[in-house]
Amino acid sequence: MSKELVVISGKGGTGKTTLTASLASVIKNKVIVDADADAANMYILMKPEVKHKELFKGNPKAVINTDRCIKCDQCRQLCRFDAIYVNSDGEYVVDELKCDSCKLCQIACPVEAVDMKDVYSGQWYESETAYGIMVHAKLYPGAENSGNLVTMVKHRAHLIADEKNIEYILVDGSPGIGCPVISTISGANFVIIVTEPTVSGLHDLKRVKKLCDSFKIKSGVVVNKYDLNSQKTEEIEEFAKREGMPFLGRIPFDKCVVDAIVNLQIPYEACDSVKHAVDEILSKAMELL
Amino acid sequence: MKIAVTSGKGGTGKTTIATMLAKAAENAQYLDCDAEEPNGKFFLKPEIEKTIPYTELVPKINEDRCTFCEKCADACAYKALVVMGKPLNKVMFFDELCHSCGACAYVCPVEGALVEIEQEVGLFNVGKAGNIDFVEGVLNIGEASATRLIATMKKRFMNDKKTVILDSPPGTSCSVVETIDGVDFVVLVSEPTPFGLSDLRLTVELVRDMGLPFGIVINKAEKENSLIDDYAKKENIEILYRLEFSRQIAEGYSKGILPFDKYAGDFKKVLKRIEELI
Ligand code: SF4
Ligand code: SF4
Ligand code: SF4
Ligand code: SF4
Repeated sequence: MSKELVVISGKGGTGKTTLTASLASVIKNKVIVDADADAANMYILMKPEVKHKELFKGNPKAVINTDRCIKCDQCRQLCRFDAIYVNSDGEYVVDELKCDSCKLCQIACPVEAVDMKDVYSGQWYESETAYGIMVHAKLYPGAENSGNLVTMVKHRAHLIADEKNIEYILVDGSPGIGCPVISTISGANFVIIVTEPTVSGLHDLKRVKKLCDSFKIKSGVVVNKYDLNSQKTEEIEEFAKREGMPFLGRIPFDKCVVDAIVNLQIPYEACDSVKHAVDEILSKAMELL
Repeated sequence: MKIAVTSGKGGTGKTTIATMLAKAAENAQYLDCDAEEPNGKFFLKPEIEKTIPYTELVPKINEDRCTFCEKCADACAYKALVVMGKPLNKVMFFDELCHSCGACAYVCPVEGALVEIEQEVGLFNVGKAGNIDFVEGVLNIGEASATRLIATMKKRFMNDKKTVILDSPPGTSCSVVETIDGVDFVVLVSEPTPFGLSDLRLTVELVRDMGLPFGIVINKAEKENSLIDDYAKKENIEILYRLEFSRQIAEGYSKGILPFDKYAGDFKKVLKRIEELI
């Protein structure tokens, strides 16, 4: 069984992908997963060559057959997602972006004028990269919560790892605390939470920590751009200590990181400051994994 | 005038730009729709006058009346209900899967067997930050989606007589759609990096799909970097403003301080330009 190491952050833009890509360049023998399907970024640094690609089906959406519809208004009144409206021609229409796929309109329609139609909500890919196999996905803009998609790409990665005897699965997770993150961390052996030393950073860290705890998953913390606010960094370290949460390391604020990304380089390979920090983080994380 | 501020991803400075716009506007209302991680309060430092619970309807089953016909479970598209008939006579409800759609209550044939009750899933904080009317939505941890909370927040609190600044959640999913739906203008905040550009493209696709007027604010802009400018030119999108890259802003941000006064004039101009574009 391969071991799953997941990198998440309470919030986007904390340098989560910087760290994950850096880990990808050091850890040998792993499958890389980009589970941040809402805003997938790993592909930019990993430069994947797509070997396999499939459409991902989302939940079916309601469609009203206007020839049959007798305009009784039932569906519009019942839909709690305000997805049904009357257009300028007086016809009943479903706003696909708002439809939550609950099927209540279909159940309630007295003349069976509502169909549930399959829609594709994104694509997922299996690719070769210079750093190993990568499974990643793209969700179409406006598509619903990517929890299912995350579960799917992780499952794919495990199948590949089992088949090829690969030891690790490295996951770039979704930001936030909603449904995609729950799918991201479920089944993980260890979660690295990346945070920034900002007023919101500590707050967000507490929320994800709680989430990890509620799933009984071990987690450790990394502070990125720690020198922007050393006092906050210390507060975060103290919080970690109090909570019995391993503190894995600090990454400095370095213009080199931005420049590396602009030049499509992995920060680990381009910036010494990152290299030192990541080596330390990784050795601690590996002990705990 | 309703202006939504969004970005493909978190951390691009969306809240920085949104709060600066709110500060620069006269007669502003700021709605923090990023209900998973509302951060606007750290910069606007509002005084909260009221905290209002946000509830959603969930089913409650009265097993004394229920006939275990399974109609509710069949109707539930999210598999939140499981009915176990004789001899167990139980209906199990998984509230983390429930979307509060009401289908189960609609189909239940037995009066009083399934009633809907209000369950708290989040809250609204309402207050004032100086002259700015402040409202934020906060989703409880573990709740799956903020979409309906945002819809409710807009319905209940949005004041059409004000310049409303909606701070959107990151990404391009349903909660973003809900936030920007019906606004007059969308400000897309982007960073000039390949990540930023990739996220920006997705957001542009979404906003165009929805037929909304929009423009770009570049955050952490640097003179020698024209990544976003080139893209905007090609796509014929207006760059409304470039907020310079500054370690000072980053440090201030980390402490919850933004240089509102320094940029007030610039953001007043941005607001004026938006007004012209609507
Ligand atoms: S399926 Fe549900 S959400 Fe979609 S339109 Fe019908 S009632 Fe509304
Ligand atoms: S319930 Fe059926 S018939 Fe009535 S308005 Fe809706 S689609 Fe038309
Ligand atoms: S539909 Fe009503 S009566 Fe039937 S199992 Fe559900 S709650 Fe019980
Ligand atoms: S309200 Fe909708 S989602 Fe919730 S249990 Fe009933 S049918 Fe299922």
